[in-house]
Amino acid sequence: MSKIISSTIFAYEFRARLRSVITWALSVALLILVYTALYPSFAAEAELMRQLMANFPPELLAAFGMTGVDLTTVMGYFSFVFLFVQMALAVQAAHYGFDLVSVEERERTADFLLSKPITRTQVLTAKLMAALAGLGLTQAVIWAASFGFVNLFRGDRPYDPGLMALILAGLVVFQLFFLTVGMAISLLVRRVRSVTFYALALVLGMYFLGAFSDITGDVKLENLTPFKHFDANDAVHHGGYDLSLVLISVAVVVIATLGSYRLYLRRDIPTTA
Amino acid sequence: MNIALEADKLTKYYGKSRGIIDVSFQIKEGELFGFIGPNGAGKSTTIRLFLGLIYPTSGSAKIFGKDAIRHGPELRQHIGYLPSEVFYYDNMRVIDLLKYSASFYRHDCTDRIYKLADYMELELNRRIEDLSYGNKKKVGIVQGLLHRPRLLFLDEPTSGLDPLMQRKFFDLIRQENAQGVTVFFSSHILSEVQRLCNRVGIIREGRIVEIADIRTLQQNNYKKIRIYSTQTNDLHLNLSGIANFERSDSYVQFLYKGDINAIIKKLSEIDLTDIIIEEPTLEEIFMHYYE
Repeated sequence: MSKIISSTIFAYEFRARLRSVITWALSVALLILVYTALYPSFAAEAELMRQLMANFPPELLAAFGMTGVDLTTVMGYFSFVFLFVQMALAVQAAHYGFDLVSVEERERTADFLLSKPITRTQVLTAKLMAALAGLGLTQAVIWAASFGFVNLFRGDRPYDPGLMALILAGLVVFQLFFLTVGMAISLLVRRVRSVTFYALALVLGMYFLGAFSDITGDVKLENLTPFKHFDANDAVHHGGYDLSLVLISVAVVVIATLGSYRLYLRRDIPTTA
Repeated sequence: MNIALEADKLTKYYGKSRGIIDVSFQIKEGELFGFIGPNGAGKSTTIRLFLGLIYPTSGSAKIFGKDAIRHGPELRQHIGYLPSEVFYYDNMRVIDLLKYSASFYRHDCTDRIYKLADYMELELNRRIEDLSYGNKKKVGIVQGLLHRPRLLFLDEPTSGLDPLMQRKFFDLIRQENAQGVTVFFSSHILSEVQRLCNRVGIIREGRIVEIADIRTLQQNNYKKIRIYSTQTNDLHLNLSGIANFERSDSYVQFLYKGDINAIIKKLSEIDLTDIIIEEPTLEEIFMHYYE
């Protein structure tokens, strides 16, 4: 049994998560539809919108990640919508990450799985690949929804498809961040009682870390959160993400993944009794 | 005979709390080995170390002469495991779970799944979550045997099974054993180990206190003696080898291990109305390990 991935586990894991993947993908696609459908009215009242935004306290705008967002342009509006997409997809990825290994211990099926003739590496790799396949499927739907709905509602206002593709491509590393960090944390603790609680805590924690550094202007903290590494508003202004920040996310993904393997290979599976 | 299982000073601590300490034993291929001890003595810990579910703090565990951790994946191709509490993916049907289980092994197990399920009277189309505890246990039994393992770990296997099913299960284990399968049977119920096994190890508070052949333990060492007499108060049993001593108004009862002449001489000092000398059950022999 020298196979690196157990196709058996991959198939089971992928199927077990498929309904969740479809629900997430369609919900976020719906969110994009609803928001982009509102765009024509925002754009039509362009001058009014600018005045309205100028009257908001800058701290409030910062807290919602809207500093310097121009809601009247297609790309500006898209970057505003994209933040909500990110929030949702971060929760999805974190949920899968925290659940990945801990579900077997919570449901007490770990004894069944790990007494089979497979290595822990095979188990974790198959699980990870199945989660990645699920996230990939979600992202494919998000791409289709983003391009489809933006083109449907932008009218004759110009947009930058190359930049939009770049912003969307950032989702790969962005979701990997939450998936792998969730997985690593789940292996550091003895038991993950509520996956939802952990996932929301991680995502909101990361979000407010970014928002907080916006409000206070503290640039050190923002380096830690993928919400800043993949700041779509910033990308619109600078024509792309800041590569050095993206690399921080990549580094975290690599470390969290390697750390997870290390922890899982040495893990004592808690008793079922 | 080859050695199927070997523990050498196997020790496991969970943080600071004790799992097992310096557990050593050897089990030959084809043996039906009983592993007895009260709850929390370390029975499951020992089995889970052999399966690679947990890692030893020190010492080694070998299966068929190979290290249980390093060669775990290939060894588990030949190991069947029935955990003390069975839990499976609730939303699966029984047959799907069994096929999922079978898919991990090299050879085709389909025939065997149906045979075992039929024998254990297990309904294959029901969902796992709808099963009673006893029926889940049956899934566990089929799941543990479907790949024709050469070595079986049974961890408190009979809990939840009704007496009829217990008997069928024991027959099944005996059949497997007759075909050369080594069985490691852990239990805190001595009578069932007595029915099934040829050799037993007794574990208490993480340490092996005795490993012995069941027959020699029963026949050669201990006698259960009960005497009825009006003079039980005059009886002074200052002999060594007396255990489980009980005294009531009309009789005195104890286990005796030692020279039978010495005890008879002692007993003849008082006037007896009746005497019973019999083979004790394992339960009675090992009672003092439990106290």
